[in-house]
Amino acid sequence: MNTPVDDLLLANVSRRHFLKGLAAGSALVLAARWDLALGEEEKEYGADAMPHGWVDDPNVFIRIDADGTVTVTNHRAEMGQGIRTSLVMVAADELGADWDRVRVEQAPADQEKYGNQNTDGSRSMRHWFAPIRRAGAAARMMLERAAAERWGVPASECHARVHAVVHAASGRELGFGDLAAAARELSVPPRERLELKPQSEWRYIGEDAGPAYDVKRGSVVRPKAIDGEDIVTGQAVYGADVAFEDMLYAVVARPPVYGAMLRSVDDGEALKVPGVLRTVEIDGTGQPAGFKPLGGVAVVAENTWAAIQGRKALKIDWNLESAGDNAAYDSKAYRKQLQQTARAPGKVIRDEGDIESALADAAERVSATYYMPHMAQAPMEPPVAVARIVNGRAEVWAPVQNPGATRSGVAKRLGLEPEDVTVNVTLLGGGFGRKSKPDFAQEAASLTKAFDGRPVRVQWTRDDDLHHTYFHAVSVDRLEAGLDADGRALGWRHRTLSPSIGSLFAPDPEHIAPFELGQGFNTMPFDIPAIRLENPEAPAHVRIGWFRSVYNLPHAFAIQSFAAELAEAAGRDHRDYLLELLGPSREIDPRTFGDQWNYGENPERYPIDIGRMRAVIEKATAEAGWGRDLPKGRGLGLAVHNSFVSYTAVVFDVELGDGGGLIIHSADIAFDCGPQVNPERIRAQLEGACVMGIGIAMQSEITFSEGRVQQDNFHQYLVPRIDRAPRETRVHLINPDSEAAIGGVGEPGLPPVAPALCNAIHAATGRRIRRLPVGDQLSA
Amino acid sequence: MSTFTVNGKTHRFDGDPQTPLLWYLRDVSRLTGTKYGCGMSLCGTCTVHLDGEPVRSCVTPVSQAEGKAVTTIEAMSEDAVGRRVQQAWLDLGVAQCGYCQAGQIMSATALLRDNPAPDDEQINQAMSGNICRCGTYARIRQAIHRAAATQEDEA
Ligand code: FES
Ligand code: FES
Repeated sequence: MNTPVDDLLLANVSRRHFLKGLAAGSALVLAARWDLALGEEEKEYGADAMPHGWVDDPNVFIRIDADGTVTVTNHRAEMGQGIRTSLVMVAADELGADWDRVRVEQAPADQEKYGNQNTDGSRSMRHWFAPIRRAGAAARMMLERAAAERWGVPASECHARVHAVVHAASGRELGFGDLAAAARELSVPPRERLELKPQSEWRYIGEDAGPAYDVKRGSVVRPKAIDGEDIVTGQAVYGADVAFEDMLYAVVARPPVYGAMLRSVDDGEALKVPGVLRTVEIDGTGQPAGFKPLGGVAVVAENTWAAIQGRKALKIDWNLESAGDNAAYDSKAYRKQLQQTARAPGKVIRDEGDIESALADAAERVSATYYMPHMAQAPMEPPVAVARIVNGRAEVWAPVQNPGATRSGVAKRLGLEPEDVTVNVTLLGGGFGRKSKPDFAQEAASLTKAFDGRPVRVQWTRDDDLHHTYFHAVSVDRLEAGLDADGRALGWRHRTLSPSIGSLFAPDPEHIAPFELGQGFNTMPFDIPAIRLENPEAPAHVRIGWFRSVYNLPHAFAIQSFAAELAEAAGRDHRDYLLELLGPSREIDPRTFGDQWNYGENPERYPIDIGRMRAVIEKATAEAGWGRDLPKGRGLGLAVHNSFVSYTAVVFDVELGDGGGLIIHSADIAFDCGPQVNPERIRAQLEGACVMGIGIAMQSEITFSEGRVQQDNFHQYLVPRIDRAPRETRVHLINPDSEAAIGGVGEPGLPPVAPALCNAIHAATGRRIRRLPVGDQLSA
Repeated sequence: MSTFTVNGKTHRFDGDPQTPLLWYLRDVSRLTGTKYGCGMSLCGTCTVHLDGEPVRSCVTPVSQAEGKAVTTIEAMSEDAVGRRVQQAWLDLGVAQCGYCQAGQIMSATALLRDNPAPDDEQINQAMSGNICRCGTYARIRQAIHRAAATQEDEA
């Protein structure tokens, strides 16, 4: 691989396995730091294994002013998951702070100082709960020691209550603000001496934070969402809201095909548009693109509208030869190509028992091929970035999930050291993986340089977003199973085909990488005697990138649809059959499946727990009234999936309305992510994933013809509107003993939604959906 | 030259009268609460009120505002219905990323002015032009019902 390994790459793939032999050098450099603090085997997992790891220094994250205001620095990107509230709850709780006197400051990109900031992979709470808790506890102990010294009493007699330290024996009390200056001078207590609050003393952790009002309790509750008021009054600052007096506005005409380059441009007409100042060529970077801009021509103007008008007037000659066969990419033909490839064996990923005889000897053989198209993340805020250069130092404001890669990328583009680049992370108007790729920030950097450092804002229009995103990988999954005379599965063969995100950073591997296989493919947990998993080749013709829950989407869709098809073939109830496929409750070490990745987590702390999988199925089906009598044309559908070390089951109740429209009566979602810091925001994430998953099932599809995207805006790329949302959405959180390790939240709600909905459609109508989206298949 | 008011203040714009109100508000007036999402009247993030009626500012040329009153999210706290809607949004924790919510609140406020107690079907109708990619629709419905109920309480 020629691409230098930067934070991004380290952060998003299994370091131990993807990088072995590729960049062992940098991995070792990073690892060395953690050797100081941690045991040899521990450093390979979780936050320890991330670039720049974690930091728990209270002086980095917590500041207390003389007036008692507590400022917590949040270093993770906020994109709607509520991390600016939830992570701050953790610090505030351990500290003993009064929520009304807590403020949040957003950290700029600085992973040396803050630890890993790459906000993806549903990792924030699972990697940061412990360090931030320790930071809060250390700060509290420093305040207690400052009070003890002031009063001349043992520190063990001083206890932080709400925003004050109390000496019970003498009844003395000092506010945090009075102690702040003295506490700051004290040394940070060593990690092994930290006294963490027992769970019984938590005031915020585990409480519903966000809504001011609790419908069930009929009362006003705390803590309030950090950005709530700013959002509803239009004061919250997103990427596009950053502005400077002398700022310029740019939109960019990018190559229509991945890999195409600018040959020539005639900007004569564009420059005549009132308000247009100049056009600037942005260097194209060819393939693989990584996070570098696609290149093209920027139209720079006095306002966004003039820039958009100017771009329409450009006459550009693109060199398509440099795009190679991408210029002929046709997604319909590609589907057929993958379906054809899927008929022959591919690279063997897992092989247990004798699949050939299991299939040959079966009383009944079932097979099916599933398809999921390319999709665009389409966050409501399209990519946007502002940059300027002052005295040789660059400053960027952008809604980025990965501040570290933004900083290193901008620095490289401008020929600066990362220390000379400041990346200010604004609120993200949605991310969903799109904003893990900061190509747009590099565009802004190139443009400010072209204007001698004058601030420039690059605004992506919606068609830019749909035409030039990093697309969700298209996929074909072919499954075959053999059942015995009683309907029991004896053999299971699954071939999965999709282009790899690896193609973004290196010559196209044409096979998906370990961290992509590990997203529900090789970790398929069914208890079947013969299992054979294969991954035939699938080349990439567009930029492929992360989309919320990533390869779990096709894998869950195929496996969970096929399980329902097997239940039907066996004449069995789907839930009962699914539970049987899973087998008895047990913990499976994912390494026994050949998955060395496990979302970067220690397989001993985070095994695949069949008991938890069964429990979410049982909960969701019980709540949905599984098995109840339903009128003709109405049905329940179920799916389960574990991803990001959490467990989700979904049951839909749907009905085919007159005229072929689908009525979604309800969704029951059971979710187990282990201990819950902010259950309220977890429910919100699950509700949102449910809606997004309905879109994936019903409507969302990006298609290509001659290498070009055929959808320009939301009239062609369809996403759910309010009438698509279930009439009722019920989220059931399962909270096992708090000993369980914390799981992910942002992504694991999504994968089972589409198969559950398609299984419900089958139950209601008898129609089996194998090609997404459903589109007009119900009326056809 | 186009003359109109924005949130009660007189504005004069001598640029291209075809400039959509959205870009005038965001880039010229620096009232950034109104958001861009599609530019084609497809997503509703840019919704403002023109003489009290909800319009998509991305397809409303400044010339069309001539002599009229533009109201944006920044002034909703001073509007009795608007404030109730904002409060209901906070009460139920509607927002996730929040980017679409200015537009949602502008549409919901207009709906409640017309119909103080809409049912789910009417809510779906009135709000279907506003996309929320975070999928907050269930709570949007509940919040509109809640705003309607508090409206009744106070009436
Ligand atoms: S930006 Fe105006 S409707 Fe989408
Ligand atoms: S809250 Fe994120 S788009 Fe609606």
